Amino acid sequence: MSAPVARPEAARRPSGPSAASRVVGVVGELLITLGVLLGLFVVWQLWWTDVEAGQTQQQLSATLDETLPPSPDTVAPAGTGEAPVALEPLTGTTFARLWVPRWDDGDTPFARTITEGVDRATVLDPLGIGHYPGTAMPGQVGNFALAGHRQSHGKPFYAVDKLEPGDALVVETADAWYVYRVTTSEIVPPTDVDVIAPNPSDPGADPTVATITLTTCHPLFSTRERYVVHGELESWVPRDAGRPAELAGEG
Amino acid sequence: MYAAIWRVLPGPRWLKATQALLLVLAVVAVLFLWVFPAIAPHLPIDQQTVE
Repeated sequence: MSAPVARPEAARRPSGPSAASRVVGVVGELLITLGVLLGLFVVWQLWWTDVEAGQTQQQLSATLDETLPPSPDTVAPAGTGEAPVALEPLTGTTFARLWVPRWDDGDTPFARTITEGVDRATVLDPLGIGHYPGTAMPGQVGNFALAGHRQSHGKPFYAVDKLEPGDALVVETADAWYVYRVTTSEIVPPTDVDVIAPNPSDPGADPTVATITLTTCHPLFSTRERYVVHGELESWVPRDAGRPAELAGEG
Repeated sequence: MYAAIWRVLPGPRWLKATQALLLVLAVVAVLFLWVFPAIAPHLPIDQQTVE
């Protein structure tokens, strides 16, 4: 830009800009401030929440390990008979861990804690994956339904669209390792609560098998729909015996 | 508004700039640590449950 040229009226009034141009100046600054705030919010949402969630997840995971009985780091055969079913814990209790070999990042296994409740402010945002209260517990006949962020806040379900039928979803609790297999995926409107019904394939009927359901938002950068993945319990391994073969060699 | 803040800050130009930078960092910290976490759950974005 060239050097500023003093305008005649400004030269006549050395007291400064007129009241009108001051108002315009302040409004302009407020608009710029608003733009910067919105930009900062996006940075916070897409970057900072992941940083915080990563730290929280490490602490949560360490705390959960202290409460879980030891499990030998060897592959054990599946248990026989009915899978053990724990009582549903109090809201806010971190009681399990979800392992998804499909989502492993190189040598780093995907393992995130599961906490009771799906309230955003107290569970899904700070603590990660949440268990819909009132739905089945791991191994129980019924629907073990989970919700998680697909973006921001650690984005546990980021790669939900990469899951294929047959992929293992392993749930670790104080009692056992439960191996579920992905059966179907679907995209539904947010009001479709039938996907977490006890029997998601026939919402009106009583459940006959133990299923797992993951819900998260869809598409990316939107909340218009929900991405839903269903799975069915295949086997379980008692915790004191070892691990399921699906997790052989994982952290 | 921002010009007024600049005038109020004491000291030579380098000191004013340092204080302005600290003010900006303080505002960003307050936003990131308290304001955004408080309002985000109430915004109709980023929902993942069926209800």
